[in-house]
Amino acid sequence: MTTQAVDQIFVTIKHWLVLQSPAVIQPAVSVLLSVLPLLIIFPSLFAVTTVLERKGLGRMQNRYGPNRVGPYGFLQPLADGIKALIKEDIVPVGADKLVHFLAPLLLVMTAFLEYAVIPVGRNMVVADMDSALVFFFAAGAAMEVSIFMAGWGSRNKYSMLGAMRAVAQMISYEAPLILSSIAVVMIAGSLSTTTIVERQAGYWGVWPYHWYVFTPWGMAGFVLFMIAATAESNRSPFDLPEGESEIIAGYFTEYSGFKFALFFLGEYLGMFAISGLAVTLFLGGWAAPLSFLTFIPSWIWFFAKLMTLIAGFIWIRGTLPRLRMDQLMNFAWKFMLPMTLVVIFSAGIWRFMPSGIVRWVVCAIPIVLLYWLLGRALMGGRKLEKRTYRFAE
Amino acid sequence: MTVPFLILAAITIAGAVAAMTLRKLVHCALALAVSLVGLAGLYLDLGAQFVGLAQVLVYVGAVVILIVFAILLTRGDEPASPRVGRAVSGVMISACVFGVLVWAVVSGGAAQGTAAPSLAPISDIGHAMMSRYILPLEVVGLLLTAALIGAVVIAMEEKRRTK
Repeated sequence: MTTQAVDQIFVTIKHWLVLQSPAVIQPAVSVLLSVLPLLIIFPSLFAVTTVLERKGLGRMQNRYGPNRVGPYGFLQPLADGIKALIKEDIVPVGADKLVHFLAPLLLVMTAFLEYAVIPVGRNMVVADMDSALVFFFAAGAAMEVSIFMAGWGSRNKYSMLGAMRAVAQMISYEAPLILSSIAVVMIAGSLSTTTIVERQAGYWGVWPYHWYVFTPWGMAGFVLFMIAATAESNRSPFDLPEGESEIIAGYFTEYSGFKFALFFLGEYLGMFAISGLAVTLFLGGWAAPLSFLTFIPSWIWFFAKLMTLIAGFIWIRGTLPRLRMDQLMNFAWKFMLPMTLVVIFSAGIWRFMPSGIVRWVVCAIPIVLLYWLLGRALMGGRKLEKRTYRFAE
Repeated sequence: MTVPFLILAAITIAGAVAAMTLRKLVHCALALAVSLVGLAGLYLDLGAQFVGLAQVLVYVGAVVILIVFAILLTRGDEPASPRVGRAVSGVMISACVFGVLVWAVVSGGAAQGTAAPSLAPISDIGHAMMSRYILPLEVVGLLLTAALIGAVVIAMEEKRRTK
């Protein structure tokens, strides 16, 4: 088999299966065959990621992590799943039964919706829409509603506090998230994710020259996007909504058994989706990182990039302590927002300057300048020194 | 009338009716969200992709969340006692609004269905906004900025007074 046949193997199989079915149900079969693999692959990825995350965090914290169930502990998610299924499903007496029940379903549903527009390989996207990016962010907006429903429906003060924190945080970080992707839209001239990937195709020698992450605005935009993505998926160091030391588990305090597992799943699905979007916007989508590696199928590259970003998420979780609420808000509005605006400005310059090393430098100047100025201003004359321990030295 | 239209219209109307009749304010806000999603579905059904998705992004993601926050931060979610006078004025206002809408649709010629629905690609919308409608866009931007600064000023006043 040629490399191209391997690259397109899933597309070919799908077309073959669709053609085998009777003509009346062909559209339905086509849709089903596009959606089902996503419904299988991403939850499986979730299961693998939980094990990898717990093992990775364990190593960072000088312990083993799960290693009892199966070889190297890799059957742990299976055990966790069975445990979640056979646990008693407790609904508080005072809870709003319907809202309490619908919240986790809505969360997982909207998380799955986001995958509709992410190209996981060449010709492998469920809905190739004209305004795919708007669709992605609209689905993300519905996620906020479901988190609020969970917090309010539980009729528990801690849940309510957690939901308020989560919604405030998600709204605040949605602004830099969308603004940093607008820079990409400006340069690509399209909101369609497949077109954005196409615009980043091509190599300069072996180097993927057109990836947006290799431009000054793309580099800054990528970092800002990933920070906002961490906050948007409520991951450490932005996990105040579920700060277990203060508010138990935040908005899902009152959930047990499989509903709790659904929240867990929703959080990870959201993280995969937003990482997939980051790969699409800045890292060339499913394209190979070096020109002589194009023989490896596109879908492998997409998932390799995705897992690299996930590894970054896990690493950051093991490294940084949780932020305080005021630090969180200050960071979003006083640092992230001006930085994303200057990224958009820089992308505008990039669009109209002739390509070359001069353009790179000119576009980098406003970003570096604002970063330096904001850093100085937000420090407010405070001096940071190496922490000294009086008794523990 | 196609089947998708009927389903979406039923969702929209059911959400709107629930938003008016439910007792708890938060329930009303969530029912309103359902109604708005149904409306977005109608836009999508008509081929207006950008409008439909922006409807979800803005109304569900921002307006409903804002309503819910306002309810939670200002008062309890206990049902308010209904008053006859308020109901009468409400019916009158909604009748007036409905009348104006019907008049606008009937006289505007949109109901005749003469113009074939054109599927405007999103780039056309962008070009129109950045060239022909640039002035209205800028004015709206200015208005929103003024509102934002006004909100911040009001919030800061309160903070100073409490000190």
